[in-house]
Amino acid sequence: MEKAMRKYSPVFVLPTALAFAIGFAVPFALGIYLSMCRFTTVTDASFVGITNFAQIIGDATFTHSLWYTALFTAVSVIVINVAAFAIALALSGTLRGTTFFRTVFFMPNLIGGLVLGYIWQMILNTVFFSLLGSMMNLNEWLGFWGLVIVVAWQQIGYMMIIYIAGLQNVPEELLEAARIDGASRWQTLWRIKLPMVMPSITICSFLTLTNSFKLFDQNLALTAGEPANRSALLALDIYQTFYGRVGWEGVGQAKAVVFCALVVTVALLQLRFTRRKEVQR
Amino acid sequence: MKRFISTLLLMIMLASVLLTTAACKRQEDQGAVYYLNFKPEQDGDWQALADKYTQETGVEVVVLTAAANTYETTLKSEMAKRDAPTLFQVNGPVGLASWKDYCYDLKDTAIYKNLQSDDFALIEGDSVYGIAYAIETYGIIYNRSLLNRYFTMDGAVAQSIEDIDGFDSLKALVEDIQARKDELGIDGAFTSSGMDSSSDWRFKTHLANMPLYYEFESSGTSDYSSVRGDYLDNYRAIWDLYINNATCDPTEISGKTGDDASAEFKNARAVFYQNGTWAYGDISDVGDENLGMLPIYIGAPNEEQQGLCTGSENYWCVNKNANQEDIDATLDFLEWVITSDEGRSSMANDMAFVTPFETFTEEYQADNPLIRAANEYIAAGKTSVKWMFPTMPSEEWKNALGSALTAYAAGTGSWDDVRTAFVDGWASEYEKANANR
Repeated sequence: MEKAMRKYSPVFVLPTALAFAIGFAVPFALGIYLSMCRFTTVTDASFVGITNFAQIIGDATFTHSLWYTALFTAVSVIVINVAAFAIALALSGTLRGTTFFRTVFFMPNLIGGLVLGYIWQMILNTVFFSLLGSMMNLNEWLGFWGLVIVVAWQQIGYMMIIYIAGLQNVPEELLEAARIDGASRWQTLWRIKLPMVMPSITICSFLTLTNSFKLFDQNLALTAGEPANRSALLALDIYQTFYGRVGWEGVGQAKAVVFCALVVTVALLQLRFTRRKEVQR
Repeated sequence: MKRFISTLLLMIMLASVLLTTAACKRQEDQGAVYYLNFKPEQDGDWQALADKYTQETGVEVVVLTAAANTYETTLKSEMAKRDAPTLFQVNGPVGLASWKDYCYDLKDTAIYKNLQSDDFALIEGDSVYGIAYAIETYGIIYNRSLLNRYFTMDGAVAQSIEDIDGFDSLKALVEDIQARKDELGIDGAFTSSGMDSSSDWRFKTHLANMPLYYEFESSGTSDYSSVRGDYLDNYRAIWDLYINNATCDPTEISGKTGDDASAEFKNARAVFYQNGTWAYGDISDVGDENLGMLPIYIGAPNEEQQGLCTGSENYWCVNKNANQEDIDATLDFLEWVITSDEGRSSMANDMAFVTPFETFTEEYQADNPLIRAANEYIAAGKTSVKWMFPTMPSEEWKNALGSALTAYAAGTGSWDDVRTAFVDGWASEYEKANANR
């Protein structure tokens, strides 16, 4: 049996390996190569070295969208995770109708990003205009909070499900022991539940972090970078560089490579940080 | 069992290989045409024309139309494929700069030989890279029945549309109509100047053409590396007129769309609407007898002689990297389009294009009230305003100008920001766009 497995393993690996190569490895390598090229279409590129990267340095919109994205990521990671955990706590008890509420909170996740973005654009612009007399595409900070509201609304439900699963896995004997020792509910939460759901926190913060960093469609639908690229997150800035000027495709691609390196670094740091806090059972 | 599984696997692999090769195989002998069309308004007409050509000759013609605002993105990805478009479009000199290496020299083709003038071709050195196929005109479209109702009112500042021959008379008329909008039963003199991406090109590109035209015309230059912004005060005057005498408050325009404006005009909620001959289909409900078009007066010198804005930003280019059979098939198709009865009738009557080809004789002239208005101004000896916007240095320049105009209207930005985007933005965008050529 084992011999046969070894003999045929390439056959079974082949489809996945092919799919991985076509869908990931080849485009990734091509993308890195193109970032050092001048091109109009991706099949017809001439090598120019690192000049594309040199042009990023002097690009003020890139620097602006970099810290704008960083700030957006920080705010939305905190908002989403705190809210999702709070709702998960509330809905993992013995309240009546928890299943119904879980479904309701999860539903926004099922609607596509662009559609959702345009619907929220109408709602938020009307609200902002009647309250503040301004709209998201006129004020970068309204755009910022608009984006936070939309991604929070969309992702809280998803993260909530992960936290509920984590909370349900907290062993009953630990909670019982804590109760017998006279721990308050607050103490139980901080000393037992939180350390025990640390793996869920790792997953959820990783997902929200990378999602916020890579956010594109909601950004495009809500503000499209207005006013004057002030509310453009990194992914949208890359897109606009790629298509905004004749001959700047390579610079857009170089930005994408830098962006990829950034996302990977930040995500790895975050994983290391939250993993350290996980307890082994 | 093992044997069965391995046979099955082998068959699946073989089948997939066969299927992919079959999908890639086409009729190589007679060539095929693949047209990536720019104008969504004419998609149906091109499809019908392509079918007719295939029935007649057996040559396959595929027409794909990119969704609004996505032509460049679609073109970039389609051109990278093996079955790339054989016929595509560029929007003028700046668009050509990016696609020149893909353009077949059209010097010896029927479409170039039948062209009325070299003004309608993109020529560099000895090579003809693109041929304009649709000459279009824009201006301030007006609703004649609403205007006539106004002209009969007491104390009207004008008695007929002929009284309007410059910015001052236009401004007086617009402001008086705005003041009496309730009496006239309308929401405003102008339709909303929407700055949503479906509408902002009317102002950041078409209206911006006015100051550019007068500046380039007075300096007589063909060097488009910088602009001085001599006519920016005029640009401001006309923009103020548009946004302050409209169906909505200037602070609201950032969210208004192209459909909003055409609906307002169609439903007679506004008298004036800046747009062009291509918009006829959307507003024909107003009635042919009620449609007219005024020049966009901005207060420039000698503007009583100014006509409408006429030009083209649609140039046919043939992909030189295609197979020779496909190139030949494409050129044959284009020749058929501009010489056959079906082709000429479709372009003139269905698509309503004014074309620059000599083959479009008397009976193949496009006709709708907006085109008639354009012809009347030319017949009256007025000077058409050329389309200078194909010289705009980049999309980024237009976007920055659009943002500045929006912010100025909303009161969150000043006119100085518009000036900066217009003048300084031009120089820096020109430099950036040319750094990577």
